[in-house]
Amino acid sequence: MKVPVVRNILEVNERLSQENRKIFDAKKVLVLNLMSSPGAGKTSVLERTAEALQDRYKMAVIEGDIQSSFDAERLQRKGVQAVQINTDGACHLDSNMIRMAMDSLQLEGVDVLVIENVGNLVCPAEFNLGEHHKVTILSVAEGDDKPIKYPLMFQISSVLLVNKVDLLPYVDCDLHAIHQRARQLNPTLEIFDISCRTGEGLEAWIAWLEARIRERKNLP
Amino acid sequence: MAIAQSVLEIVLDECRRHRMKTVDRINVQVGALAAVVPEALTFCFQVVAQGTPAENAALDIETVPVVMRCPLCGELFEMEDRLDMCPQCGPVVSGLSLISGREMTVMSIEGRGSDDGA
Ligand SMILES: [Zn+2]
Repeated sequence: MKVPVVRNILEVNERLSQENRKIFDAKKVLVLNLMSSPGAGKTSVLERTAEALQDRYKMAVIEGDIQSSFDAERLQRKGVQAVQINTDGACHLDSNMIRMAMDSLQLEGVDVLVIENVGNLVCPAEFNLGEHHKVTILSVAEGDDKPIKYPLMFQISSVLLVNKVDLLPYVDCDLHAIHQRARQLNPTLEIFDISCRTGEGLEAWIAWLEARIRERKNLP
Repeated sequence: MAIAQSVLEIVLDECRRHRMKTVDRINVQVGALAAVVPEALTFCFQVVAQGTPAENAALDIETVPVVMRCPLCGELFEMEDRLDMCPQCGPVVSGLSLISGREMTVMSIEGRGSDDGA
């Protein structure tokens, strides 16, 4: 016998991600899913973001990238709650891992939760975690062909952070080409060119983030 | 591995529902943009399906091409090198929409129940 099925392979994850989203929405927490290839600077973006927000907003972090040089203590000194997930070698986070991590987080009063995904640009793109926005980080040191190689990532992200722009004079990377290719895939993509080292461009990224936090809380 | 596991869960669920004892074939559609390497999925599936009614099933993976719609002329076209241009209008700066290419679907399963040989 042959039976028609027509079921989405990711249906379980999708259902759980919707449940996560309901919890985040009920608590009015803005949730970002931060994705990048290894070495693009996820940790420094997190630290810079935490510094910029620390006086006004409460931040929490779910750390899923065991490869990164994440320093929970340094973030905690900036008033950031952080919890680490053991991904057991998985190449991406899924909604169930997030649900379990939420048990060790005090989300009450948190304004923004950042989920640091495992460092690759392929598998994390398929798994929704219940986040409101996906944020992709590239560094100019990786060259300008990432949008061609990983188009899905660019199509589903709300924001692209192009990091390490202070290195532009020393690397072979056409910033304009990154913008053009990324926008071709996703015309509504917000792109911020930043340098965590010099601080260049961070203001615009933080302004975007604050606007989204206030939106979640229905503040003007 | 998570994807192979998800395929297996759907297959076993359908098996119970249709009282299927052995699964011979599983037909899956995967978009060319999806994060799935067919060989890797086949291998992982064999591993996770050990000891289940689907352990000897053939996984038939059909790749669905990436099809875009041009915002200017409405033409549907297949993206060959992923950043291709509209055959009518040439390079499109923005607004291309994705019509297919992200699928990850179990389409059908074939197998045998306890009392039918077919
Ligand atoms: Zn056209």
